[in-house]
Amino acid sequence: MTVSLFFQHLANGISLGALYALIAIGYTMVYGILRLINFAHGDIVMVAAYVAFYGAAMYALPWWLAFPLAILLTAGLGMIIERAAYRPLRGVPRIQLFTSAVAVSFLLENLGIVVFSGRPKAFPRPAFLDKPLHVGDVIIISYTPVAVAVALILFGGLLYIVHRTKVGMAMRALSKDIETTGLMGVDTDRVIMIAFAIGSALAAAGGILLAIKFPQINPLMGVVPGLKAFIAAVLGGIGNITGAMIGGFLLGIAEIMIVAFFPQLAGYRDAFAYTILIALLLFRPTGLMGEVEPEKA
Amino acid sequence: MSRKKVLLVWLTLSLLLSLVAAGPVAGQEDEIVIGVYEPMTGPQAAGGELTMQGVYLAHEVRPEVLGRPIRLVLVDNRSDKAESATAVQRLIEQEGAVAIIGSYGSSNSMAGGEVAERAGVPVMGCSPTNPLVTEGKDYYFRACFIDPFQGRVMAKYAVEELGVEKVAIIQDVAQDYSVGLAAFFREAFIELTGDAKGIVAFTAYQTGDQDFTAQLASVMAKNPDAIYAPGYFGDGALLARQAREMGYQGYILGADAWEAPELIEIGGSAAEGILITSHYHPEAELSPASQPFVELFMEKYGERPSAFAALGYDAYMLVVDAIERAGTDDPKAIRDAMAETKDYEAVTGTITLDKNGDAVKDAVILKVEDGEFKYVGTVKP
Amino acid sequence: MRTSITRNRILTVLALAGFVVFLVYAQTNWDAYRLRILNLCAVYTIFAVTFNLIYGYTGQFSLGHAGFAAIGAYAAALLTMSPEQKAANFFLAPIIPLLRDVEWPFLPALLVGGTLAALASLLIGWPALRLRGDYLAIATLGFSEIIRVLFVNWQRITNGSLGLKGIPDHTNVYWSWGAALVTIFVVKRLVDSSYGRALRAVRDDEVAAQALGVRLFTHKMMAFMLSSFFVGVAGGLMANLISTIDPKVFMFFLTYQIVGITVMGGMSSLTGSLVAAVLYTVFLEVLRPIESPFDLGPLHIPGIPGMRMVLFSTLLLLVILFYRQGLFGQREFSWDGLLNTLARLHRRVTGLWGRTPPPSTVEKGEQ
Repeated sequence: MTVSLFFQHLANGISLGALYALIAIGYTMVYGILRLINFAHGDIVMVAAYVAFYGAAMYALPWWLAFPLAILLTAGLGMIIERAAYRPLRGVPRIQLFTSAVAVSFLLENLGIVVFSGRPKAFPRPAFLDKPLHVGDVIIISYTPVAVAVALILFGGLLYIVHRTKVGMAMRALSKDIETTGLMGVDTDRVIMIAFAIGSALAAAGGILLAIKFPQINPLMGVVPGLKAFIAAVLGGIGNITGAMIGGFLLGIAEIMIVAFFPQLAGYRDAFAYTILIALLLFRPTGLMGEVEPEKA
Repeated sequence: MSRKKVLLVWLTLSLLLSLVAAGPVAGQEDEIVIGVYEPMTGPQAAGGELTMQGVYLAHEVRPEVLGRPIRLVLVDNRSDKAESATAVQRLIEQEGAVAIIGSYGSSNSMAGGEVAERAGVPVMGCSPTNPLVTEGKDYYFRACFIDPFQGRVMAKYAVEELGVEKVAIIQDVAQDYSVGLAAFFREAFIELTGDAKGIVAFTAYQTGDQDFTAQLASVMAKNPDAIYAPGYFGDGALLARQAREMGYQGYILGADAWEAPELIEIGGSAAEGILITSHYHPEAELSPASQPFVELFMEKYGERPSAFAALGYDAYMLVVDAIERAGTDDPKAIRDAMAETKDYEAVTGTITLDKNGDAVKDAVILKVEDGEFKYVGTVKP
Repeated sequence: MRTSITRNRILTVLALAGFVVFLVYAQTNWDAYRLRILNLCAVYTIFAVTFNLIYGYTGQFSLGHAGFAAIGAYAAALLTMSPEQKAANFFLAPIIPLLRDVEWPFLPALLVGGTLAALASLLIGWPALRLRGDYLAIATLGFSEIIRVLFVNWQRITNGSLGLKGIPDHTNVYWSWGAALVTIFVVKRLVDSSYGRALRAVRDDEVAAQALGVRLFTHKMMAFMLSSFFVGVAGGLMANLISTIDPKVFMFFLTYQIVGITVMGGMSSLTGSLVAAVLYTVFLEVLRPIESPFDLGPLHIPGIPGMRMVLFSTLLLLVILFYRQGLFGQREFSWDGLLNTLARLHRRVTGLWGRTPPPSTVEKGEQ
């Protein structure tokens, strides 16, 4: 493998990793607070892509209006889902919450098929994200640096919210102990709702980037990226935002490199990803950056 | 308690609704029931939807046979094998279907086929191209050609017409359709060139993958003249885009599952120049039925028909034709008539069913030009 | 007390006998469509009961069911298929010689499938059961996906994505419900034993259980292997029911469905798993007509494909939200409970009409 080919693969990996990272940090934030494996997260990604599609392609809104609008509406959807499907289950065994998330995921997917139709739609890619860039022998499209920048900026913003604002402090407190935090006078329901809004907004940003990178949207488009983001979050240590960010990029690069170095084994790609995950968990049972903490019921 | 009441009310309502829905169906006594099982939900929902466009249109064109109205019953198989089997069983036992159409996805078709075979009800497949679907089955037929033929056609065209010497194959390892085509293409390519080294790369992805850059970068390092990627149209469009973005200049070759308007919509300018094997083209004049079909279709749906829609249309018409020739609605008689289908002028060509029940017909080569599929040539079986 | 135990035993024997009579009646008189649903109910019952054993009673959040079912299904399929069928199936790449000529009866094939699944669970359980909670979940989910990916790629053993067809249709209601009843019986005996109490101790508080001398790892492992064994058997039943399988059947969606069924029924309630599995399977079919066009009075409702799944997922969500403990919570069916309820109903009814209604015959909750 030549050096420039290696860098081409690396660039492709970073481009993919940015996407996983962005979806994973929203995933992991919600997890950190509620201890909920939110399997509907990937489907929120899908809804955001469709909302952006209808805004941009059907109503011919310019992208700078359509995309933020989609993010806003999706954040709203996240809040509705939290209110309707998760809040009633506070304090019951977590598997109920997990199953509720699975049911929400089924519902969104099937509604998507009925409402949007199962046929894929072509997502319009804004022209400035569609230009090929040549860096030496490496060719990337202008989408890649933008995606990486967006992922980093939103990551920074999220860190700021969690560590520097009052709501963020409340979130961190909640993640340690919901009940006690409530006793301290924090409106836990409101904070959790805000967390869902932020998590869904991040998923929405991820969804739009996903739709731009792979300009094909369909009602099940969120399933695989959702699962991959979950793996990325676990790699980094579930609940740890920085870990999820690193995990996302690592997973993206690893997926590309496995195929790059062993093209004849490309059919095994997903098996490799999981094998690495399981192996890592054996040595670091709480992921790369996860803290060891007593299990919550 | 009130919550439980909400649930109960909802439950009762939905049950009542489905009872009401189940009620008046057994209306006319002299009707003939043709069942359809297609994936309307789940990962293959797009294929089911495309196919049904053709089936519905055909039903509008020929709503009667033997002077009796035809009732079309569609059941969803959820892109799931177990459910496909149940769906076909339901069509036979509950709906009284005398013949069945389906299904997109060879995997679903195989599950339905086992049930239909035992019950002795004939099935006309629209697009399942896996050779196993009809193998050893007396009651399963199909309107499409099978993978070995199509793989060979493209290999022949690539070698003889395009002068391809080095080819890279990228298959979807999770789809039987793709694995089959890739294997037969490879075999034929080596046979024609006598050079096994002509296959410079043979790599894979899995359904659900959207990023093919790693495969493409490795493949492109081998400088192939052509890339053959026999997957579904969504994957094909993304693959073409990514290849062109990375500066790939050679041919991009696909198969009939790429013939959908979406390939061009999603692929955009990258779709230009793509070559595929498929079943028909109005200009190919394989059959007088092609041109009127395309016009009718455009009128009803406002878009060009996909290969799946055309095959759905043909499957319905082949079933009706068999019923007419049988002169009765007895499934066994319909099966026998179906097996004797010869030189039937279908939309996708003139169809003769061979002893396995597979359609023997010409294939066409299509090329994407100016955002449309253009006719390039015909290849005889 | 003693008399009530004897009474309950007699009732159980009678109910089982009644159920067997019902099965014989169904197998001989029902059409193939109903029989298929009845068979699927049994398969899903096994899936749900075994998930309950590993999660509901032992507290280990394992999402590996689809993978173990795949192992059982492929083992049973490859062992029961005739050599001619195999030759026809493996047209791209020949099957490995080891499997080419074997053709076994159903029972040993099922048992081998179960055993292989149990061995695979040992392989993944050894490292993974040391993980906690959600890390275990993703590790097992990953393992099940690894199995699927391997099966897609091992073309000379599994025929890859081309799948297998022409698997003999051995599965009938005797096999499927026989296996389901054995599973329920074994799991029930297990959880009622001292062993089961240890499992529940592990579930409720690992540290305390360990302090009391419960060997955590051994207990988890045993429950995990036992559950995987039956999942493997159920996979084999499924393969010989549908007569054709391919790796797509065993995507993680299958596991989600199983988790959904079990939660609907109630964690730590085998009765709940049974009832929910049956309801789940039957309901999916009952809702079907909703997708075909129909007239609601003067309104003509066009058929909307996909509506059934929308209604169904709404229903799943509502059950989870409104029956937070599932349909049965931690309760189990018992004759005492049933008789008490009947007596209450009887009193209420007689109070209402002031006379005795005819005694009703009630069958056990198996159907």
